[in-house]
Amino acid sequence: MNHWIIAPVVLPAVMAPLIVLLMRHDLTLQRVFSVAATLGLLTISAVLLVQASSGGPQVYFLGNWPAPFGIVLVLDRLSAMMVALTAVLGIGVLLYVIGSGWDARGKNFHALFQFQLMGICGAFLTGDAFNLFVFFEVLLIASYGLMIHGGGRDRLRAGVQYIAYNLMGSTLFLFALATIYSVTGTLNMADLALRVADLPEGNGALLRVAGVLLLIVFAVKGALVPFQFWLPGTYALAPGPVAALFAVMTKVGAYAILRFYTLIFGPDMETNGTFYADLLMPAAIVTMILGMVGVMGAKSLARMAAFAGIGSMGMLFMAMAAFTPAGISAALYYLVHSTLAGALLFLIVDLVQSRRGTTGITALPPMAQHGLITALFFGAAIAMAGMPPLSGFLGKLLVLDALRDRADMALLWSVILVASLLAIVGLARAGSTVFWKAHASPGDAAAHESEPLAFVAVFGLLALIVGQTVLSGPLTAWLDGTAAQVFDSGAYVDAVLGLR
Amino acid sequence: MEFLVASAIGLMTASGIYLVLRLRAFPVILGLSLLTYAVNVFLFISGRLTVDAPPILAHDTPGYTDPLPQALVLTAIVISFGMTAVAVMMALGAFLEAGNDRIEMTDAEDGK
Repeated sequence: MNHWIIAPVVLPAVMAPLIVLLMRHDLTLQRVFSVAATLGLLTISAVLLVQASSGGPQVYFLGNWPAPFGIVLVLDRLSAMMVALTAVLGIGVLLYVIGSGWDARGKNFHALFQFQLMGICGAFLTGDAFNLFVFFEVLLIASYGLMIHGGGRDRLRAGVQYIAYNLMGSTLFLFALATIYSVTGTLNMADLALRVADLPEGNGALLRVAGVLLLIVFAVKGALVPFQFWLPGTYALAPGPVAALFAVMTKVGAYAILRFYTLIFGPDMETNGTFYADLLMPAAIVTMILGMVGVMGAKSLARMAAFAGIGSMGMLFMAMAAFTPAGISAALYYLVHSTLAGALLFLIVDLVQSRRGTTGITALPPMAQHGLITALFFGAAIAMAGMPPLSGFLGKLLVLDALRDRADMALLWSVILVASLLAIVGLARAGSTVFWKAHASPGDAAAHESEPLAFVAVFGLLALIVGQTVLSGPLTAWLDGTAAQVFDSGAYVDAVLGLR
Repeated sequence: MEFLVASAIGLMTASGIYLVLRLRAFPVILGLSLLTYAVNVFLFISGRLTVDAPPILAHDTPGYTDPLPQALVLTAIVISFGMTAVAVMMALGAFLEAGNDRIEMTDAEDGK
């Protein structure tokens, strides 16, 4: 048994209490240990990525209880990729937080940050549906703390909305899990895949109810219309770097949908067929349009970035809802890109906010380091809108290509292309007002610290996007293998239940 | 007995949803608590209702009751208790900062 599989959960779980208990009075010590732990996570995730690439799914049995009686963690290419993405984003956000001094504006940022990483990594690795619920709660409770970090009236009130929405989501999750358990008698994902495949005639309706409830829960996480209402306010009012970290939280919803609706409720299951795909596709289309219209209509940069996040989730889900290997591969490529681009946009918005005091899209005099931030925004906007030469463009091409052979191809292509045009217009309008018209406004830039480390983090994320563009060939080849593994549910089941 | 339990869960869920829709911090928290009670009972009976049976397989008793939902419901109770406590603290903080306990925000506050 490979013990490294549980390390991405254990490492932050040990570091977070250590930071709270031993270092709560010394910010420098907290920073050192938090960066060290996140670098450790990055190293472990790289090792896991290499291990996962070379073989089939690997299983970690907690307490060495045999599946399906104990909880299992499963490492395959998909989960290894998601953990690595989390670690990469985590280190970028953490450097930005330290560079911009966000962690000094409230207490216990680093402990909450580690708990957040623990929850996200756990959710990606677990092979048990109820354990997924537990890790969802871990990442949510840490996110509540991070969301209101720094305080302030509007942020607290948005935090209450966020909590209320997610508690409803958690309740729904439990209803869905209880219904699934009452039908199948198991919550182990591999065991579920077997039981659902040979479900007796007549139990299908109840299972479909549970499946739809579960889809709603993951749609809330993934900000899929009509469950996206929590996102704009939360992301716009959360601290900038926290919103950047939350860019991977919507992907937890996308990951869970991908895992559950290929492995357990896959399109080849007799009880549901393409039922869930048919629900997902219209929702994804509306999500993409709504997000990009929101980008055009937003009156502040923060809300614009939040709506761009919703729109990119729409595109991701459109590629995913095809449930073909090509579609999944394109969706995963776009997932990596949109996580990095979304986080980059939020960090730049935070740079603007800390220099101008507002994120409103209005013409104000130039700010400190105006040219540098303008250039960064230009790069992030190109990435987010999916224009050449960055990876957003390649991701969009892959998605379009994956949807080419469908009967409703004309509709899907026009939605993607028109929505992208809306995004370009919205981002160009905001950029020209905030960055270009500033030169026509009288007044001098207020002095501001140069924050070199924050810029290192932002340029690092941009470099990752450039890297993804340059390495697209090997990456797509690897992702094709990942998509093939996602559809090979037999190998997953065999690895967990040891039938071979 | 099935009817009694099912109607109790239904009633608690309905009241919970009604209270959540009131959009004031206190009713919303009460509503969320009622919803978690409902879902806890729902989880508990997902292993079917069995009376006077041990939660383990034993040779001297016929039948048993499913122990797994009991473990699940314990976890769910602990989590929902913690979550409710966090929600209360944050609602209190928002009330002290804003001076009222409305959940919904005006467009200006929301940064629209």
